Amino acid sequence: MNPVRRQRLLLVLLLLAGVATAIALALFALNENINHYFSPNQMANGEAPIGKTIRGGGIVVPESVERDPDSLTVTFLIETGGAEVEVEYTGILPDLFREGQGIVGTGKLDNNRRFIADELLAKHDENYMPPEVQKAIDEAHATPGQSAGSVGVSG
Amino acid sequence: MNWTFFHKLGSPKWFYHLSGKWLPWLGTLAALSMIAGLVWGLLFAPPDYLQGNSYRIIFLHVPTAFLASAVYLMMAGAAVVTLVWKVKLADVALQCMAPIGSSFCLLALITGAIWGKPTWGTWWVWDARLTSMLILLFLYFGVIALRGAIRSATTAAKACAVLTLVGVVNIPIIKFSVEWWNTLHQGATLTLTEKPAMAVQMLWPLLISILGFYLFFGAVLVLRMRIEILNRERRTRWVQKLVADEMGV
Repeated sequence: MNPVRRQRLLLVLLLLAGVATAIALALFALNENINHYFSPNQMANGEAPIGKTIRGGGIVVPESVERDPDSLTVTFLIETGGAEVEVEYTGILPDLFREGQGIVGTGKLDNNRRFIADELLAKHDENYMPPEVQKAIDEAHATPGQSAGSVGVSG
Repeated sequence: MNWTFFHKLGSPKWFYHLSGKWLPWLGTLAALSMIAGLVWGLLFAPPDYLQGNSYRIIFLHVPTAFLASAVYLMMAGAAVVTLVWKVKLADVALQCMAPIGSSFCLLALITGAIWGKPTWGTWWVWDARLTSMLILLFLYFGVIALRGAIRSATTAAKACAVLTLVGVVNIPIIKFSVEWWNTLHQGATLTLTEKPAMAVQMLWPLLISILGFYLFFGAVLVLRMRIEILNRERRTRWVQKLVADEMGV
């Protein structure tokens, strides 16, 4: 490579390295603010402020959902491997609300670190499969030893 | 290694003649694979166990989002070639890719919003993935606007190349945003390292659709580049001869 081009290539690489470093530092400094929501661990450890409007999210713990028979109030636990936080929400649940699936809510932590949500969004995961496959997996879980079929599904 | 082919490809005249032969093939293959992928995905693939039929927009959303990032990476490659080797054709490619990439980016944002409403319950949230994708759209607009704002072609080429390179740091941010931060957007379904988190009956139409969008991009790019080459080289003898032959003079 001739020296002029080599020098220009070095300049380009230097420019890229400089910009990348600057952005990396900025993102590192802003790390907490870029998170869209607080995880259950952060809420339980006191990293999330109490009494301020925040977003919190996690996976709905299976068999933790309790509906109040007289109102639209629902309570359930969320976790992401670690602490569990109780969520209380009054309103219509999103269509995709399921035990074992993610939710992200806007609301406030009360003094007992329960998350009182005013708004709930459903967060779905990156796994897609036909209903029959899900059924086969559920049945295989219910009766261990049976195979769930040889379809490319993880999780 | 014999570099003659690349040197010839770098000459606008050679590119114009060669690409004329590629174009019908590219166009046909693009149309066939897009139709195959989309028809298979939208009509014949099974519904999702959780989202039902609303997941089907994935067959549009994922290819457009892939292309939005990939086109920007290609622009960055063209920018390096423009700055270091001063190959004229690389700048033509950079200029022609920007509007196509921005269209894909806009489509990815729109299809994402349409998908978000029934599944998440909202059109838009300011999470890291969605925001970084919006920044990508503005970067595309910036590159397009910068070219229009500078009169001198060589200065414009250099300025656009530098801006493209500065913006390329956004691409890994888009890619890894769903891993680095808590986002409402789910993680990647297709990765190079792991088995896809998707049933095969849905995966095949998706892959064919992605291939179709790539080919479509290739065809549109070649088409635009040919026009831009004619425009830039309009004073050269070969273009004037070409036009005269076409007009039957």
